[in-house]
Amino acid sequence: MIARILGEGQWDVPEQHIEELNRLDAQVEAAVESGDKSGFSLSLAALLDAVRKAGSPLPADSLHDSDLILPPSDATIEEVRDLLSDDGLIPG
Amino acid sequence: MSLMQRIRLIFNAKANKALDRAEDPNETLDYSYQKMLEMQQKVRRGVADVATSRKRLELQIKQMQQASDKLTSQAQQALAQGREDLAREALTRKSGLAGQLTDLSAQHAQLQAEEEKLTLANQRLQAKVEAFRTKKETLKATYNAAQAQTRVNEAFSGISEEMGDVGMAVQRAEDKTAQMQARAGAIDELISSGALDDASSIGSGDDIARELNAMSSQSDVEAELAALKSGGTGSAPEALEAADPTPAAELEAEPAKQPQEGQS
Repeated sequence: MIARILGEGQWDVPEQHIEELNRLDAQVEAAVESGDKSGFSLSLAALLDAVRKAGSPLPADSLHDSDLILPPSDATIEEVRDLLSDDGLIPG
Repeated sequence: MSLMQRIRLIFNAKANKALDRAEDPNETLDYSYQKMLEMQQKVRRGVADVATSRKRLELQIKQMQQASDKLTSQAQQALAQGREDLAREALTRKSGLAGQLTDLSAQHAQLQAEEEKLTLANQRLQAKVEAFRTKKETLKATYNAAQAQTRVNEAFSGISEEMGDVGMAVQRAEDKTAQMQARAGAIDELISSGALDDASSIGSGDDIARELNAMSSQSDVEAELAALKSGGTGSAPEALEAADPTPAAELEAEPAKQPQEGQS
């Protein structure tokens, strides 16, 4: 499975780690929904670390699209909310 | 659906929309390549803009640092002349500057991080542009021969996703740079209005410096006068010593500081 961390690049993550990623992802999501800032930065950091640790980076010239896209490591809750909205951060 | 999947869906739908215009896959490929080149221009401009802001901040930090050093030496000078009040004033101003300096340094670090991120984004995009250019020609041939629309679409979503990512990085850097520039403008205004300059300009303009100068020129005058009276150095007219030798002897015995203490 290919995961992209925005601003960093793409990782190829073996399937057996997906469950763990989903668990960490649920924590990030809960923090975004409840507006818990410190919980958000902790859980986001844990999620991104898990991707970096479990995955192997794809070369910069690979043209694959990703199965998962994760917020940049310095994202705020507001930015993640924007990412999830239609007229948010993503240009285009 | 997980957060990561939701972001991916929205992200890709949006990124694809920006590129998915032409009917003919060959046109689509050329169009997306064109878009990539435009994006590269954007990233390079972004890097240059962030670097400009960073340099401006560095200049301001240097100016403030100089002002702060100046205040330290003024405080030392004032203390040496027994003016604790002046020294206190200089140190108070210095601590005001220290707060601003910490702030500016933090912003400087932030800008530097943005610059690094954009530089990396630029490198990734460069690699992808190269790869896409090669693949594009292969795909065109494949399409014409075998109508391999799927493969065109695949390469295409990979590239549009990257474009969305890089575009977002540029956007974030632009936002941060704009905030920083507004702030740098305010500090430039502060400097040109004289509020900071007063404390940092050498010699005139600064009330602490003025007072220190007045004190030291006063004591210079007294010292020279004493020297003249004692018939020492310089172009002292002989007549002065001859006319009244007694006060000169008194002054020699007393420290030259005394008249100035009376003044403060």
